[in-house]
Amino acid sequence: MLSDQIQTQINRELGKYPANQKQSAVMAALRFVQDEKGWISDDDMADIAVVLDMPQMSVYEVATFYHMYNLKPMGKHMLTVCTNISCMLCGSAETVAHLSKRLGIGLGEVTADGKYGLREGECMGACVDAPMFTINNKKLCGRLTNEKIDQILAELDKQ
Amino acid sequence: MNAPILLNTSHFEQPWTLGNYLKVGGYQALRRIIESKMSADEIIAEVKLSGLRGRGGAGFPTGLKWSFMPKNYEGDKYLVCNSDEGEPGTCKDRDILRFNPHSLIEGMAIAAYTMKVKVGYNYVHGEIYEAYERMEEACEEARKAGYLGNNILGSGFEFDLHNHLGYGAYVCGEETALLESLEGKKGQPRFKPPFPASFGLYGKPTTINNTETFASIPYIIREGGKKFADMGVPNSGGVKLFSVSGHVNNPGNFEVPLGTPFKKLLEMAGGVRNGNKLKAVIPGGSSMPVLPGEIMMDLNMDFDSIAKAGSYLGTGAVIVMDETTCMVKALERLSYFYFEESCGQCTPCREGTGWLYRIVHRIETGEGRPEDLDLLLSLCENIAGRTICALGDAAAWPVQGFLKHYRSEFEYHIEHKRCLVKA
Repeated sequence: MLSDQIQTQINRELGKYPANQKQSAVMAALRFVQDEKGWISDDDMADIAVVLDMPQMSVYEVATFYHMYNLKPMGKHMLTVCTNISCMLCGSAETVAHLSKRLGIGLGEVTADGKYGLREGECMGACVDAPMFTINNKKLCGRLTNEKIDQILAELDKQ
Repeated sequence: MNAPILLNTSHFEQPWTLGNYLKVGGYQALRRIIESKMSADEIIAEVKLSGLRGRGGAGFPTGLKWSFMPKNYEGDKYLVCNSDEGEPGTCKDRDILRFNPHSLIEGMAIAAYTMKVKVGYNYVHGEIYEAYERMEEACEEARKAGYLGNNILGSGFEFDLHNHLGYGAYVCGEETALLESLEGKKGQPRFKPPFPASFGLYGKPTTINNTETFASIPYIIREGGKKFADMGVPNSGGVKLFSVSGHVNNPGNFEVPLGTPFKKLLEMAGGVRNGNKLKAVIPGGSSMPVLPGEIMMDLNMDFDSIAKAGSYLGTGAVIVMDETTCMVKALERLSYFYFEESCGQCTPCREGTGWLYRIVHRIETGEGRPEDLDLLLSLCENIAGRTICALGDAAAWPVQGFLKHYRSEFEYHIEHKRCLVKA
């Protein structure tokens, strides 16, 4: 079941689109589920399909097409590091190495306590702030150094 | 002032507020066209006079695009802003969304008035959530102040704008993939024709422009198209935001007239890092062919100059590489990107991008074969121009550019199984 909060968020989003085009809200609906639960299960997709009056398969197509949806748990704090060209030139390999060392996990992995997940991302459209990562697809942290990463991790540790 | 148009609020502590936008002449253009009942033909003529060309990469004349919308169509029509800025190196629209959101709203409202559109969507790149939130707030602010909604400035003119967040798909920057995505589907590009002006969002006539393109409109209407055109050079009217990233001391977005020498732009970005020697530059986003530094140092940043040198101005994303850059490694990363982002619809792109990546990868890891370079070029010829959208070309052009100018580095990798460049 989708929570009341998700239902409210979806209803707000539906106001943006014509009444007969509910499917337009599917990307947002998937995002709301992920924001609340950390990932999206098949059951969630089935619920979204009912709410938006669309085939479950079409929800699944969208959830698997776009890279930022998690189809499995990716940790409480999911860090997605951009490794594309501008970030690579500015040392994203070092960013990944430092995070791997600090968290004890590789790309695509989650720490044993479920607190952190580490992913590789594609261009985030903020290249002048390279190198960078996002936290849970929400907050973008740029111009990273090892010291700055340690500070950010210390903040997240407290949460 | 360094930022005369697109970032004209940047001197304020909170550049994004409606109050500050009004202080720099914001919404005057919209008010004037409504109060003077300026006709659509007059507005389009002004935009044509400005020489404004699409800032999303293709450089299509904006005024001409607007004139394609059917004039006497009775049903719904849509206006869409492409803020799905995912072309590696490019991050100019993000600054417009974050720092000058009302310039986009006003530009879209003027476009909507011109094309008699009541609803618009702004499709924002998924990774820049903070910019999406800023736009949501700005639209709410504009609604409350009567610049959006069903009775704009008390005139009866109706237009509302909604923001839609992408979620990680490069191909959605392609306009028809973006429309599919807005409809709640996989972002797979459509065949053209029909073009969006006749069959766009929900099958209705639709005009799609880039964020920076729309944000240039208020100035053009307020100050006149000629004034805008005169700031640039022939065939490249106006000012443009250039994102300078990579090996520079002061990476950033710089708003300068088109035709500005690359040398000057590089200076604004603080020059090459650590005083290193400039090696190569990708002048317009990662899909555009790379050019050697010494060629770039003599070029001006406008559509024709860059094209004459064998590349394109694209999005104006300038990726700077210094002498420590291994060109094989750089191309390997780019080829991986296009492979990762191919939507899988067309065989030449779906299969070809993976093949390109695997070959460049084996050259980089010391397993390249002498025949690989010709194989790469042959693959490129069988991808570019043979796909529904331009992602096929976007995957092929970097390979062709890197091999054109740095073939010897690739040959060295294949022969010696290691890099010519000491990192």
